[in-house]
Parts: sequence; C-alpha cells; structure tokens
Amino acid sequence: MKVPVSLTVNGERVAAEIEPRTHLGDFLRDHLRLTATHLGCEHGVCGACTVLVNGEPVRACITLAVSIDGAEVKTLEGLQGEALMETLKAAFHEKHGLQCGFCTPGMLISAWDLLKRRRDLDERAVRVAMSGNLCRCTGYQGIVRSIMAAAEKVGAAAPSTIKEPLR
Amino acid sequence: MKPAPFSYVRPASLEEAVRVLAAGGGAARPLAGGQSLVPMLNLRLAPAEQVVDLTRIEALRRVEDRGTSVFYGALTPHAAFEDGKVPDASNGLMRHVAERFAFRAVRNRGTIGGAIALADPAADWLPTVIALGARLHVAGPEGERIIPAEEFVLGPYFTALGEGEILVGVEVPKLAASARWGYSKVTTKVGEYAESMAIAVVDRARRSARIVLGAADGAPIVLADLAARLLDGARPEDLAAAIRAELVASERDFAPAKLVMHTTTIVRAARDAVS
Repeated sequence: MKVPVSLTVNGERVAAEIEPRTHLGDFLRDHLRLTATHLGCEHGVCGACTVLVNGEPVRACITLAVSIDGAEVKTLEGLQGEALMETLKAAFHEKHGLQCGFCTPGMLISAWDLLKRRRDLDERAVRVAMSGNLCRCTGYQGIVRSIMAAAEKVGAAAPSTIKEPLR
Repeated sequence: MKPAPFSYVRPASLEEAVRVLAAGGGAARPLAGGQSLVPMLNLRLAPAEQVVDLTRIEALRRVEDRGTSVFYGALTPHAAFEDGKVPDASNGLMRHVAERFAFRAVRNRGTIGGAIALADPAADWLPTVIALGARLHVAGPEGERIIPAEEFVLGPYFTALGEGEILVGVEVPKLAASARWGYSKVTTKVGEYAESMAIAVVDRARRSARIVLGAADGAPIVLADLAARLLDGARPEDLAAAIRAELVASERDFAPAKLVMHTTTIVRAARDAVS
C-alpha cells in the first residue's frame, strides 16, 4: 500500500505517493530524476548517496523517504552556484580529486559539511572525517589534497598546515 | 538491495506506539534513526511486515538535566553528543565515544536509544552506558519500568525488552569531578565496528570503579574482580594475567588472539582511568 510523502527538495515542494520501502536515494533518482545522487552499496557503507537533510549529511540509501516526511532535502544539484561548493568543485578539478567520478557527489557533500563545521582541519582530520566515503580509483591522495586546498581557501584548515605565509 | 515490502505506521504518541507494536507481535519493528534497521531491511536480513516509525514521538526526544543525573531521550542522535549539544553527565566520556564510531552521516541520524535497543554486541553505546551505571527507562503495555543498563542485554541482539516495550530514554547519573575514565578500542578501519573495546570509569575518592568490555561476542562483560583490585591500588599494567583469568572465567570461549586483544584494551582503558 502506498503512503503519501511531501518534501522540499532543492527548494521545491514535492508530494508523491510511494511504497514505504522506497529509500530516499531511489526517491530522488527514480521519482524526481535527480541523478547526481549516486547509489553504490545501498547498505550505508560507501557514502556515494550522501545528501543533506535539514542541512545535515545523511545517507540516502538507508533513509526511508517516508520517515523524513516534511524535511528539507538538498542534493548536489541544489548546491550548484553555492560559494563553498563551487570552491570545492574547483579544488577537485585542480588537484585531481576524481577519476571516474562515481563517488564524487558523496565526497563533495561530505566535504562541504566538514568545511562548514570545522576550523581545525589537517590531513589526518580530513582522512578520518572522510573515512565513510569510499573511492576505488584515486587512492584518496587527490581527494585529500583537494579538500585541504579548499579548506585553506575558506579558512577551515588548522594554521599549522598552511605552508605559505598569510598576507 | 531493496527491502521486501512492508506496511508503515507513524504513531504520534508513546501510548499509540506501544499499542501498535504489541498488536504487531514480532513482525512489527520499531524504527528510530534507521541506521542499522534500514541496511538490514535492504539486505533482507531482518524480516519486517510492519515498520513502526517512532521519530515523531516528542516524548522520545526529551533531554533533561535532573540535578544528579541527565536523562537522554531515546531519539537523541549521536551527533548531539559529538557536538556537545546535550548536557554532559560523563566528564566528557560520552562525547569521546560518540566522535569515534561510524561516520558523520550515520551519526546525524542514528540515535542512542536505537543503538542500545538493537543490542549489536560490537556497538559502542552499550558498554559505555553500563560503565556509567545508567538506568534505561522503558514503556510498555504494563506501564513504565526502569532496567539497570547491565541487566538490559541478554545476548547478541537480545534484550530484556518485552513485546510492545519501547526504550524511552537513558538516565545517566552524573559523575563526580573526581571520577576519571579510560577508553580503548580496536577496529580494522576508522568507523568500523569494534574488534574489542573497553571502558573504565574509576573514582578512587568515592571507592567506585567499573570496567566494561564490549565487542565480547554477547552482552558486554563487567569486570568486577578488576574493579576491586584497582580500588585496592593495583596498577593496571600488573593485572594482565588477572584480567585474562577473569575473561576466561566468563566462559565466552574467546580465541587466544581475541583474549590478548581484549586484555590489551582493558589494560589501556584502566590505565587511562587511574593515571
């Protein structure tokens, strides 16, 4: 039996009738055709499907869409043009933060949240905080470099990590 | 990786949730943050005919400083502990624990009550709240009752909760300023479930000590003998043989390598709590 759900997705109100077992990832991709959110493992391990719910990162594949009825959801599409996300995307481009790109939407959203929350990031802190997002191409070196570059740009890096003197 | 079909109900009150769960028998499953239940549904490891969504029940969100204790509603997310958004009863232990399991996206949705009620033998909150001497508040068809944390878990994924009973919250007595704690955990990868974890809470001034081993293939083990020795002034580094003997006496049938690992985490946690 289908149940009603209504969400605000990337600023737009959406209402639908869905099966209760529909997870948020399938709802975004199959019902709304928002395909920036990638589904990898579908049991909460790989982090590719990370989206923002009420401003906080969650895993879309282990969040039942109906259980967040009324919530505000943001996907990578909804962060287009947002200043911090654009800084991150530029850094991923410059520092080789992706190869195949499958994990990238989840990486970008987790990193976006990290840079919003923390002001003490060094390489180890980035690695620990990003450990829930798996990448099978890069070996993570480029991803960590990208996030550190963006962190330095927006003042989220620990002072000890900045090699060039600040002007 | 899609769940089998189930029906869904979202009770607005605790009374309604108890009624629905009791009527559903074993086929109705309570949903809190869903960070264990939904993966289990996706993998079809957990059969459920009905999911009872508890997330809109305000009574489960309450967090209260009660003077000598703090009451954490079952739906308090791990991230609230990590970010220091709730009052601390534990001299920082709960925050330290919450920062170190799973991943931020999971900690945002996962809840302390859901984690405890699931009773995964390798999960972190159980040994923590046992070490802190917490009282678990439960509501059910027969009314409310309080279960001491160490009596809550009977085995892996097996708790003292009866049919239709819901964990309402965790009441943690405030540690005295003189209490110290130690924490040691072994995982194969950041954010993974523990291979071994030990938590020690020692207050020599008040002659109280509690050392708990988690990831112990069943309910967490409370090491009473070790607690007594620590209060008598023994150094944890000298107690490895005694700890090993106490673990063997628990009859859990630990593999030799696991015994070494558990003994190590226990020594480290105890050392940090008394040094």
